[in-house]
Amino acid sequence: MTETRDAMTATRLDRLRGGLKRRYAREARFRLYGILAIGVAVAFLALLLGRIIDQGHTAFYAHDVSVPVYLDPAEIDPAYPQGTNFEQMVAQQQLASRGLEGDAAGPLAAEMRGLFSSELKFEIARRVAEDPSLIGQTVTFDVPVSDEADLYFKDEISIDTPPEQRRLTNQQIGWLDQLEDDGNVRAHFNSRLFTSGDSTEPELAGVLGAVIGSALMLMVTAFLALPIGVAAAVYLEEFAPRNRLSALIEVNINNLAAVPSIVYGLLGLALFINWMHLPRSSPLVGGLVLALMALPTIIIATRSSLKAVPPSIREAALAMGASRTQTVFQHVLPLALPGVMTGAIISLAHALGETAPLLLIGMVSFIPGIASSITEPTGALPSLIYIWENASERSFHERTAAAIMVLLTFMIVMNAAAILLRRHFERRW
Amino acid sequence: MKQTIYRSQDGLEGGASAPAAEVPAELAAAAQAATDPKGAAPVGPTKISARDVSVFYGEKQALFDISLDIPDKTVTSLIGPSGCGKSTFLRTMNRMNDTIAGARVTGRIDMDGEDINARSLDPVLLRARVGMVFQKPNPFPKSIFENVAYGPRIHGLTRSKAELAEVVEESLRRAGLWEEVADRLHSPGTGLSGGQQQRLVIARAIAVNPEVILMDEPCSALDPIATAKIEELIDELRERYCIVIVTHSMAQAARVSQRTAFFHMGRLIETGDTEEIFTNPRERRTLDYITGRFG
Repeated sequence: MTETRDAMTATRLDRLRGGLKRRYAREARFRLYGILAIGVAVAFLALLLGRIIDQGHTAFYAHDVSVPVYLDPAEIDPAYPQGTNFEQMVAQQQLASRGLEGDAAGPLAAEMRGLFSSELKFEIARRVAEDPSLIGQTVTFDVPVSDEADLYFKDEISIDTPPEQRRLTNQQIGWLDQLEDDGNVRAHFNSRLFTSGDSTEPELAGVLGAVIGSALMLMVTAFLALPIGVAAAVYLEEFAPRNRLSALIEVNINNLAAVPSIVYGLLGLALFINWMHLPRSSPLVGGLVLALMALPTIIIATRSSLKAVPPSIREAALAMGASRTQTVFQHVLPLALPGVMTGAIISLAHALGETAPLLLIGMVSFIPGIASSITEPTGALPSLIYIWENASERSFHERTAAAIMVLLTFMIVMNAAAILLRRHFERRW
Repeated sequence: MKQTIYRSQDGLEGGASAPAAEVPAELAAAAQAATDPKGAAPVGPTKISARDVSVFYGEKQALFDISLDIPDKTVTSLIGPSGCGKSTFLRTMNRMNDTIAGARVTGRIDMDGEDINARSLDPVLLRARVGMVFQKPNPFPKSIFENVAYGPRIHGLTRSKAELAEVVEESLRRAGLWEEVADRLHSPGTGLSGGQQQRLVIARAIAVNPEVILMDEPCSALDPIATAKIEELIDELRERYCIVIVTHSMAQAARVSQRTAFFHMGRLIETGDTEEIFTNPRERRTLDYITGRFG
């Protein structure tokens, strides 16, 4: 009797043990899949970031060259210095110093001109206009080398590069080597990238215009989408009667969140530019379009965080004799705020990177200036990336990657802010 | 005294398996003690009078023609099995059912002879006169001080900060919590223990000096020691307020209330002095319930 029972217990235990082994094996397998999935995700991210950094890190430094220039009184009209062909003047002097005189407008002078950024002529004109007494002296100017020369100093191209894949001639490379050997070339942090607007010359182009444009646009978006979105969500969630109309509105908001962004761009073009005649390419129009786009997301995020507030808090406030408005604004909304902020910031970060609608409202035009108000034309970071990537100059490509890094930094900062805000406010719970 | 009462809980459980449908002696004794502490009937004049009150949630009827008088300066307990409508009835008295979509109340409820469902009566004003304590302690996620100060603040009951501080202290004292929290009034109310939180929300309710306090199973989430404190508190509050308490514990109803109403399936089965209900119920169903036959 006891033996039979023991035997039964033993088989039972064996079966349990076998099952247990299978269960653990399944768990281990599942963990492995999870780790693999995360591994793949991390690998893709690393690949993406790695490529961007690999391509873009060279954009953060640039080369300057010191050029001694004899400000020839025979060529410079003190009353109108910018009328002088400084580039040609410098090229001639450089050629002369190398014993290559007499090639007035010939190909050698053109090659020599190609070593220096066009900044050289502006710099000379500026200095002479400031101080005409410089005329007749020899002044040394520190200016960027041309974008092709910069690539050469960064070892992107060399004398071994097949001539059809480079724009520098062997002659130019020889001159560049000579300049470097004489100690006239200096590598430095490319602060121009962060302090200037767009330019057709890669060595002079910077992201500041686009950063300011994006920031202004985001401000417009935040000022519009946040209050409207939160107000709409609070009304729908807390005050609106539950009927067919509110159900219809809810479905439509969810649909709006899924509308492709280019459609918002078309809407913005038709509504804000063609009908309301707001200035094209301006952060105002961009911000309005992005606000339309961000609204549904903000409403949905706000509603779900309002829903997550425990009903006991509502009941407590109502039972204390708080009115519905007091209940919402003194209790429910403050508790939902971390969720609202997180949702809002994430949808704003999303809007920041949105490119398609900007294409339609004129933000992909070449705009070298830096906007100082929301009605002035400006570029934006994503459209700048688009423009630069399409540019033919090779030097723009490293700058594209640099602009992507700036945009990503923006987004990381915003997402970090979202997490910090949530942490900070949630502590009160 | 209290010890005896606690044992009555065991007596009740024992009674569930006892063959004879007799009210356990301890329960009856507790009921007698609560009803008649000084040998005089403590029941005050009628404060709230409900007539033919029915409540519907959409199509479903939750309460059927309840008529019940609730006396002032008395603890009235509403007992009955889960889903019998006692909480629903409680919530009709401060119109909290208004906040539930699809809820509809018919019949008449008068407080001091005034119809509380009248259009002219603002539910916000009513809730300032009828406080409520919920099953799960629900302090606001604010400081202890802010929790108690909330009511006086929104109703504009105090004129100065000093007066507000006075009201807060007085309310906390009356809720028996002052000694425990006096040195940390500005720490969060959610950091207190469950029993303290429940006394905090009672303090919050009495800070606006209501006339009626409704309690919806105030002790069901608490341990026996915290429960004892709340019950003592209810007993003290009875001197100033009309108290209505929903409870699942027969022993608690017997201990704290002077009047008892038994609800079953949305109907009021029996009402009377607690002593009478627990010693000599008229209805068979009441007897079955309080002796643990069902529910």
